[in-house]
Amino acid sequence: MSESLLEVTGLGVRFGTPDGEVSAVQDLNFEVSAGECLGIVGESGSGKSQSVLSLLGLLADNGRASGCAHFGGRDLLALSAAELAAVRGAQIAMVFQDPMTALNPYLSIGSQMSLVLRRHEQLSPRAARDRCTEMLTSVNISDAANRLDSFPHELSGGQRQRVMIAAALLCRPRLLIADEPTTALDVTVQAQILALISQLREQFDTAVLLITHDLGVVAGHCDRVLVMEQGQRRDYGGVKEIFTTPAHDYTRRLLAAVPRIDAPGRQALPDTVDELLAVQDLSVSFRLPPLRWPGRARELRAVDDISFALAAGETLGVVGESGCGKSTLARAVLRLVPPGAGRVSLLGRELLPLQGESLRAARRDLQVVFQDPLASLDPRMTVRDIVAEPLESFQPELDRDSVTARVAELLGRVGLEAAHLNRYPHEFSGGQSQRIGIARALICAPKLVICDEAVSALDVSVQAQIIDLLLDLQQELGLALIFIAHDLAVVRQISHRVLVMYLGRAVELAAANELYERPRHPYTRALLQAVPIPDPDLERGRERQLLSGDVPSPLQPPSGCAFRTRCSFADARCAAERPVLHELHGGLVACHRAEEI
Amino acid sequence: MNRPAEIVAPPGRSLWSDAWRVLRRNRAAMTALLLLATMTLLVIVGPWLSAFSFDATDWDRISEPPSLASGHWFGTDALGRDLFVRTLYGGRISLLVGAVATAVSLLIGISYGAIAGYVGGRVDQVMMRIVDILYALPFMFLVILLMVLFGRNIVLIFFAIGAINWLDMARIVRGQAMSLRSKEYVEAARAGGVRTGRIIFRHIVPNLLGVVIVYATLTVPQVILVESFLSFLGLGVQEPMTSWGALVNEGAQELENAPWMLLFPATWLALTLFCFNFVGDGLRDALDPRDRQG
Amino acid sequence: MAAPQNQPVLRFAVQRLLGAIPTLLVLIALAFFLIRLAPGGPFDSEKQLPPEIETKLRAAYNLDDPLPMQLGRYLLNIAQGDFGPSFQYRDFTVSELIATGFPVSLRLGSLAMAIALLLGITAGTLAALRQNRPADYTIMGAAMTGISIPNFVLAPLLVLVFAVWLGWLPAGGLGDGSLRYLVLPVIALALPQVAYIARLTRGSMIEVLRSPFIRTARAQGLATHTIILRHALKPALLPVVSYLGPALAAIITGSVVVEQIFGVPGLGRFFVQGALNRDYTLVMGVVVFYGSLIIALNFIVDLVYGWLDPRLRQV
Repeated sequence: MSESLLEVTGLGVRFGTPDGEVSAVQDLNFEVSAGECLGIVGESGSGKSQSVLSLLGLLADNGRASGCAHFGGRDLLALSAAELAAVRGAQIAMVFQDPMTALNPYLSIGSQMSLVLRRHEQLSPRAARDRCTEMLTSVNISDAANRLDSFPHELSGGQRQRVMIAAALLCRPRLLIADEPTTALDVTVQAQILALISQLREQFDTAVLLITHDLGVVAGHCDRVLVMEQGQRRDYGGVKEIFTTPAHDYTRRLLAAVPRIDAPGRQALPDTVDELLAVQDLSVSFRLPPLRWPGRARELRAVDDISFALAAGETLGVVGESGCGKSTLARAVLRLVPPGAGRVSLLGRELLPLQGESLRAARRDLQVVFQDPLASLDPRMTVRDIVAEPLESFQPELDRDSVTARVAELLGRVGLEAAHLNRYPHEFSGGQSQRIGIARALICAPKLVICDEAVSALDVSVQAQIIDLLLDLQQELGLALIFIAHDLAVVRQISHRVLVMYLGRAVELAAANELYERPRHPYTRALLQAVPIPDPDLERGRERQLLSGDVPSPLQPPSGCAFRTRCSFADARCAAERPVLHELHGGLVACHRAEEI
Repeated sequence: MNRPAEIVAPPGRSLWSDAWRVLRRNRAAMTALLLLATMTLLVIVGPWLSAFSFDATDWDRISEPPSLASGHWFGTDALGRDLFVRTLYGGRISLLVGAVATAVSLLIGISYGAIAGYVGGRVDQVMMRIVDILYALPFMFLVILLMVLFGRNIVLIFFAIGAINWLDMARIVRGQAMSLRSKEYVEAARAGGVRTGRIIFRHIVPNLLGVVIVYATLTVPQVILVESFLSFLGLGVQEPMTSWGALVNEGAQELENAPWMLLFPATWLALTLFCFNFVGDGLRDALDPRDRQG
Repeated sequence: MAAPQNQPVLRFAVQRLLGAIPTLLVLIALAFFLIRLAPGGPFDSEKQLPPEIETKLRAAYNLDDPLPMQLGRYLLNIAQGDFGPSFQYRDFTVSELIATGFPVSLRLGSLAMAIALLLGITAGTLAALRQNRPADYTIMGAAMTGISIPNFVLAPLLVLVFAVWLGWLPAGGLGDGSLRYLVLPVIALALPQVAYIARLTRGSMIEVLRSPFIRTARAQGLATHTIILRHALKPALLPVVSYLGPALAAIITGSVVVEQIFGVPGLGRFFVQGALNRDYTLVMGVVVFYGSLIIALNFIVDLVYGWLDPRLRQV
């Protein structure tokens, strides 16, 4: 074991609020050795971020830290504000979650980076610029010298996070703190960024403190792990030890709750089941105003020629990275966006031509649960009114008491209490709010529920409960589900069949287990490889081919196969001819070269 | 039927009751509110209780300084009229204009903004282009022109001032309506088969109300200010009726001989504006969801 | 991205220029019809003119033509920069009157605006940095007082205190044109704006200081003054910049009153007197002049806005 770089003992963080003091972190002990990577894992509210922010004096104004944090022979918590500022950025640097907001949109990235060097190393503007160019090159940003004059909005999400990392490493800090550095990024980009951090850790001999909620990320990249819950240390040790023989019950529960992409999911339903929903050649386009005036309006094809069918009681998972059109697909089926071309029929009835009252009536069989549990509940209505609303609109003849009774019954079914009836949404946690949303979706006993990223905003343990609830309800009520998510592991858990989308198009549609075990499309394959597995041995032994670059803009999709710009198998035909979905080994795949691969 | 015997549900904390709690804790805003209520009451009932009439000249007491003994608490003006009663009368006009002109501007602004925001598309573009054009006009000049040319008429004042102030309201309401329209809970309501009228009534309007209340509170002082400005220029209500602006103007002319003629009405005017601004600020803190924690 | 910067700016300028035309037309038409449709005429106020002279005068000013024709002729004239002769000041053209009054108003207004920006932004930033502490309460209390005392109240109060009671400064006029005469009118114009800008700056600065990129800057160990000046000031100034359009309009209308109270021979009095005397051409001239001024200033404000926010540049 090498020398200890940072030694934290008895760390406590408290916040003063109008309702009294709240303790966020209690008696936390850990250390980071030179060059190692320590992972801090925990769910939201576990105090993982606050504990590192407190070390650097970055707590909100009402926060207070206590304890000791020895770094380079000094106690960080005892330093004056000026002394601490001299450490920040020079010896300890930080990378934050969302590179879009963590970079200043009003300054060129060159100026933002130079300010750091001019502060800590008193470099001349020219020398600072040269160092920034060099550093941008090290984080694999091409044409670095010119990129310095770009503004953050001109870069893609992945590039922005590279810039953040470059800015953090400018002064060769001995410790890099990365606070959920990939949570805001797509999974293929996450894999690139994590690989970059690991590579730079060796290159610059920097220790890394990686804060994350994702146990898969920890398994692949950390040497040692600290598990936190409710502001306290639950587990602390080597990464293999934590995953194989966790000491604390909480860690065991956490590990059990994490969905694994390598865990077998549900078997496909037999073909004999009745068809409930049929979607044929569905397309949705949005017209965007011209970039400059006068000019031609731009067309964004959010959903491009999608077809699938769904049986009663079946779950179809829809996966893809941001901008792939999966949410628009949901809204198009729900008729929440103006319908484009194609056909959608539910129980044999065509939905797209419906208007006004007939459309309203058709909606009874078709409900939705949205991603952001709080945003999908009207803040000024009580839980009773929110859940009752669809029932009152479809069965206005019901009297108030029986509606309330129905609501109370359903609240019980989704794991809430009748006592919650008169509460308002802001009094509930994320998981509880999502239960309210599910109750609202179920109150009219629909045939099909579309879950649009319904568990993405929730912590793993809550996520697992909601998934279980959905599975139970499906069993009990014979519901069909369209389950849209960017998290491939969750989708495997709940889906019978899975549809993979890329830039508005379907690239693969197959039975879940088949698709996860034998992906036919190169994109599906890359996507699956990028998802981390919460098992250190497996994760480190995996062979991966990382996709390069980010998803292209859906405004200007590549010609032919949309994926060809990032595909290692692409040839001339892929650029010229658009592949269509065709059958291959029982599944459907849209790739010219699927057979060879 | 197996209905639960009794559904016991304790009342929850609505956003309105939360806002009221926040507002009550804001001492400056509560003081201002109390002061405003007192001043409004005084302005309404004060003149009836006073021994003097607002237009009666006391020939023995022209330009007399304030004195408790004579009963002219604020002194008298150059025509020997009691300044206390005149100040209260001026307050009646100023507050009335404040209320009515604000109502006019809210009415125009909310309907215009709500239509543009909810209908959207081309209609919205045209409507907002019109607002942009109107924004660039020096409205104050047009109002002055209007008052000069068509004579001083209190109804004209209401509408002229209301017509200047609706532009901001329209923009704010439009922005809110547009963002509310794409909120997930509105989408959920549409998916739940709720009719458009009901969506507007139950989801859009209540969530718009906070902003409208805050903005209305901040419009009242602006409107009072415009009216006072017109009166100051001699374009407001006609003698012997008066308003705070007109009184300030008279006071400014008698500055060297009778400074109280300036000081009293000026203080009342400033105090009223001050209170409205404080209440508006307090309401914004209480109703603005951005700053709410927990 | 790397395209030459001046081309979009040029296109933007042309676009805005074209966009200003309907605005100006609406303004001119509004003012024109308002004046013509109102009861009374330009020659009412004088001693009864012999009918034949009045007829001649009306003919000379083309007052008997149909209104649309008069408007058309007027538009043609101002397109050539000719606002016509004043009805009241018969020896002067409207352009000449504007040329005498405007420099005075401009001097007052720009001084007041400069002071308002400097003091307002500084005070607002200080208050934001000391949020919810005594310094903040003091500054914001003063600012609240400032926006609650309109300039037509403030101006006579200033005269009362500094000219009448203390006798430090002259009560009015421009005197020998020295700075002493400008102090009170400029303060009366500037103070309410200082207060408003301070409140605006404080609000936006607090919001900017809460944003994640400021936390990044702090995590980089930058000094507070670097964070404020290099990172926070630009975004915090955006609301102030968009307020500048209305603020300039407010200073201009404010100067109507302030000029009247302090007896300063600026442009404002021409407008009020012109309106009272029904001096059609003078009032129209002043309205069109101010309207164009506001449009031009709004254009500059938009340019500054684009300069501050890089995201608006490429569009």
